[in-house]
Amino acid sequence: MANGGKVLTEEITVAPRRISGPSRSYSMADQIFENITRFFAFLVLLLLAAILVSLFIGALPALKKFGLDFIGSTAWNPVTNVFGGLVPIVGTLVTSAIALLIAVPVSFGIAMFLTEMCPARLKRPLGTTIELLAGIPSIIYGMWGLFVFAPVFSRRAEPWIDSHLGSLPLIGPFFSGPPIGIGVLTAGLILSIMVIPFIAAVMRDVFEVVPHMLKESAYGLGATTWEVVRNINLPYARVGVVGGIMLGLGRAIGETMAVTFVIGNSHSLHVSLLMPGNSIASTLANEFTEAVGKIYISSLIELGLFLFIITFIVLALAKLLLIRLSRMEGKRS
Amino acid sequence: MRGSKLELISIQSRRRVINSLAQIGALLTVFFGLFWLGWILMTLLQHGLPGISLKLFTHLTPPPGSPGGIINAIVGTFLIVMLATLLGTPVGILAGVYMAEYGQTGWLGPVTGFVNDILLSAPSIVLGLFVYETYVIWVGHFSGIAGSLALGLLVIPVVVRTTENMLKMVPNRLREAAAALGTPQWKIVTMITLRASRAGIITGILLAVARISGETAPLLFTALNNMFWSKLTQPTANLPVMIFDYAMSPYKDWHTLAWAGALLITMGVLGLNILARSFFKQKPLGR
Repeated sequence: MANGGKVLTEEITVAPRRISGPSRSYSMADQIFENITRFFAFLVLLLLAAILVSLFIGALPALKKFGLDFIGSTAWNPVTNVFGGLVPIVGTLVTSAIALLIAVPVSFGIAMFLTEMCPARLKRPLGTTIELLAGIPSIIYGMWGLFVFAPVFSRRAEPWIDSHLGSLPLIGPFFSGPPIGIGVLTAGLILSIMVIPFIAAVMRDVFEVVPHMLKESAYGLGATTWEVVRNINLPYARVGVVGGIMLGLGRAIGETMAVTFVIGNSHSLHVSLLMPGNSIASTLANEFTEAVGKIYISSLIELGLFLFIITFIVLALAKLLLIRLSRMEGKRS
Repeated sequence: MRGSKLELISIQSRRRVINSLAQIGALLTVFFGLFWLGWILMTLLQHGLPGISLKLFTHLTPPPGSPGGIINAIVGTFLIVMLATLLGTPVGILAGVYMAEYGQTGWLGPVTGFVNDILLSAPSIVLGLFVYETYVIWVGHFSGIAGSLALGLLVIPVVVRTTENMLKMVPNRLREAAAALGTPQWKIVTMITLRASRAGIITGILLAVARISGETAPLLFTALNNMFWSKLTQPTANLPVMIFDYAMSPYKDWHTLAWAGALLITMGVLGLNILARSFFKQKPLGR
């Protein structure tokens, strides 16, 4: 057996061989079983490769026709068959950034409350309730966002944002615009609600495993709750916190239905966050089934390829960061 | 002397103020989260309940302007999800077994772990695109089976991760005890470690089912939608795409059906989530 990693694996496979007779079939069964499981592990690997290759082949016509211009171009014209991916790519990145800006501090607060402040009896029910937000299907967020949240937002919040934040010097242009309810800001806000449970759950779990000895020592020295969370929990659980944020970011980037309902689906680039835009996933959801023509379909698939690559990069960065952080930890101790 | 004492007091009170602010802030964030959950659930009940009737479960989806139900979408979702689970779960469990029991050495284990992480947060719409590219174009038309394939791809990474984690939690003593009795490895895995982690693995499967039941994006280019009964080899009606189509339509009675469907699917998914959690809590590992 090539893969006798654990001592015990060796014992099992070596020992029966010494006896003759039925034991030989044992080791054969073992090998068959191991190879079956190995095949399926390999299948998972193959799946990723197949996805990448098939997307690449599908995107090839568009890649050939537009080349690198695709990324920098805002054109999106099915009539003249000229396509560019800048608007959806920017839309995906901006909505995800807004989502994280809101979701990270809120999740941190929720995790702090659940681990350090919450009465023990409430801990579990409250944690589960927040996690239920993650269980609601994304299309429900979309419907609620379009039919309920957007009208309220356009009546109550956007005029205020326009008149107060819109006139500020540096960030003004981002926040001035007509109060139409749907747009990049609305999409970002709804995304943030969707990723809060993911990030909060991870943060709570990693705060939960901080050794009580450390926390109690800090409290014993007179540290306040905030100081314990800030100076004990956060540094100790740093790796997990980063992992949770990246998980949320991955979710936000790939989220389709909620964004499709509220982003406005407009292929034009605006500075203002109140204006409608588009994201990669919402472009695909809206146009793929109706697209005609090789170049049109191929351009949409190229967008899908970019979406996959962006998620890939985010995850790879997270892994690298985690490896580096844990290595630093190793050096310190 | 006096200055330093004042400073001391001011540091003390500043720390206290900061602490209070942080605690109030944390409390507010909890209300922030609960507020949205409450608002969304209220909306669902308010818009969805009026549409719930017996007709919903007995009639097909109607053309605009005439009454009807969504029974074909309910059954379609059920079938698509079931087939997806049947396809994805065995692959996930076996790959998870490899990673936990054999994959500690060599390159395949760690690489598969990383790839699985990517698949776990891969945008679901891309998986739909993949199935469209490979299966739908090959067959030549949309079908419920294509929808199941896309959803099955979502099941695999979830089941791989939970199976691996649960198997790794099984104490090595169990494996060693079995090995000492001369048990072959495959029997150790199937009869002992998999059995010991049964509750955890079932929880993982339930969570995967909960996740795919509400997924819309991968079904858009695969299962599509259907106004009538259909076999899984044809475009098949399903709740998420039905909700999407009807909610985006201009017809009022279609909106009512969409909200009723939304209420049903949310209750179903949340119910599955709660079931999975309680299941895991009741039967701890190793029993």
